[in-house]
Amino acid sequence: MRIDFNHLQQWIHQDSRVLDLGCGDGTLLKYLMDSKQVKGYGLEIDPTQIELCIGRGVNVINQDLDDRGLGNFDDDSFDTVLMTQALQTMYAPDKVLDEMLRVGKECIITFPNFGHYKARFHLAFRGRMPVSDLLPYEWYNTPNIHFCTFKDFEVLCREKHINVLNRQVVNEHTNQTLGRLNPNLFGETAIYHLSK
Amino acid sequence: MVTPRTALLQQPLTLASGRVLDSYELKYETYGELNAEGNNAVLICHALSGDHHAAGLHCATDRKPGWWDHYIGPSKAIDTNRFFVVCLNNLGGCNGSTGPRSIEPETGKPWGSRFPTLRVRDWVHSQAHFADQLGIRQWAAVVGGSLGGMQAMRWALEYPDRVRHCIVIASAMKLSAQNIAFNETARQSIMSDPNFFDGNYLDHNSYPKSGLAVARMIGHITYLSDYVMGQKFGRELRSGSFAQGLDDLVEFQVESYLRYQGDKFSEKFDANTYILMTRALDYFDLAREYNNDPVEAFGHAKCGFYVASFNTDWRFPMQRSREIVDALIAADKPVTYTEIDSPFGHDAFLLPNAHYEQAFSQYMARIVTE
Repeated sequence: MRIDFNHLQQWIHQDSRVLDLGCGDGTLLKYLMDSKQVKGYGLEIDPTQIELCIGRGVNVINQDLDDRGLGNFDDDSFDTVLMTQALQTMYAPDKVLDEMLRVGKECIITFPNFGHYKARFHLAFRGRMPVSDLLPYEWYNTPNIHFCTFKDFEVLCREKHINVLNRQVVNEHTNQTLGRLNPNLFGETAIYHLSK
Repeated sequence: MVTPRTALLQQPLTLASGRVLDSYELKYETYGELNAEGNNAVLICHALSGDHHAAGLHCATDRKPGWWDHYIGPSKAIDTNRFFVVCLNNLGGCNGSTGPRSIEPETGKPWGSRFPTLRVRDWVHSQAHFADQLGIRQWAAVVGGSLGGMQAMRWALEYPDRVRHCIVIASAMKLSAQNIAFNETARQSIMSDPNFFDGNYLDHNSYPKSGLAVARMIGHITYLSDYVMGQKFGRELRSGSFAQGLDDLVEFQVESYLRYQGDKFSEKFDANTYILMTRALDYFDLAREYNNDPVEAFGHAKCGFYVASFNTDWRFPMQRSREIVDALIAADKPVTYTEIDSPFGHDAFLLPNAHYEQAFSQYMARIVTE
């Protein structure tokens, strides 16, 4: 299982109602259905991923967040709204965050840290946009259009008076201890657990 | 190869209109085998002009298989190696089930205009009686596109314990004013044909062929997308010329195509059935008796739902399917929803499409293994 899934599942309650935005092939939702008996839906737009979700028995809804937002979901209608590794692909991440907190009592968001030292070195010394095992795209074909660092995200949360319940840094490729010591420089992936 | 059969139902059917049919016949076909547990039966509900012949051939020389043959058969989305598939011609139809062309017992004459007006729920109740007769307690799935999807949804609300999955393709919880307008234009075309005789044309050895043909032409336009018509016909001419000095009448290919479709249809379909079916479409409103609240309506369902729509369908646009899905989510029901990219408009639900086939197949496979 993906490393961020492993960490965030501790904040999902048994029998809760979960909405997973950009649910991919449904691995996480399926895992939560089996291990925590959650009820939920996943939103996805990629046809192949949707087919995989259906095959897994995940309730997948073909819906584009950039296009429709979450207007069709009621306030506080989910215990947890999740978004893993997709915030940076949104046209308006700040508005998505508002919507997630409107629809969910709690939210969990994971995203890659653009302030990671590898990315910084890439830009500082090679003078080119970072391409690495963490971010394997060229600038012109990347789906990631709104990068932030952990610090940037913290600032946004403060401005929006969002309550950070938990925060965690996970490293899959580089040293985990360094990541904990200086998340904004050495952390690869951030996991934020939020509420209004 | 498949052979149609006829079921005689002798349990009186009280219709939504208050009228009662003492007995009636339903023409049907089945594909695959009912398993020992009796839990693999799938009901296919047909759309406006469909019938019981959903798949396979009637004889080796048939030019065309049943209307949903792309999706029903061995190893297809509705896999007849796994499911016992049942499709019947709706009550009021004109392909073997009791309808306006049948003989009215009291008069000994064809029903014609005296045939009762039907609503979608009447079909659902007749199908439930028919399921009793076949010994099917619960459907693994009730499946339908367009008007068929309306029947599938009504099944989920009327008989929640008898449906495990409801599959709603290119459908809607109710028609829009524009939809009703198209249907009324089609009906007026039939009714204004001098050979219509207020619906009792058979008594006059007559038939409103041209009125029905025009009705079908109107319908046919709405089943296709602008794009597909452009691709298929463009502004190609069938005859005549725009050359200077020529006074020939010019005919576009699309005109000839539509007339051909209308003629072909009017030869095999019944005008009163067309009126009856379009009215059933117009009258359908899933949530009418649930305080006009779709969420309250779907609250009564106990099944899982698969909903699919097509991006170029303007007769039953994606928005109508999204409304279904939104209500199901608000009612906390299991639902899977796909929006299929296809150029073929409303007709897309009948046609091959890799993503549609794969998503539909995956959903059906899930039903087998649950």
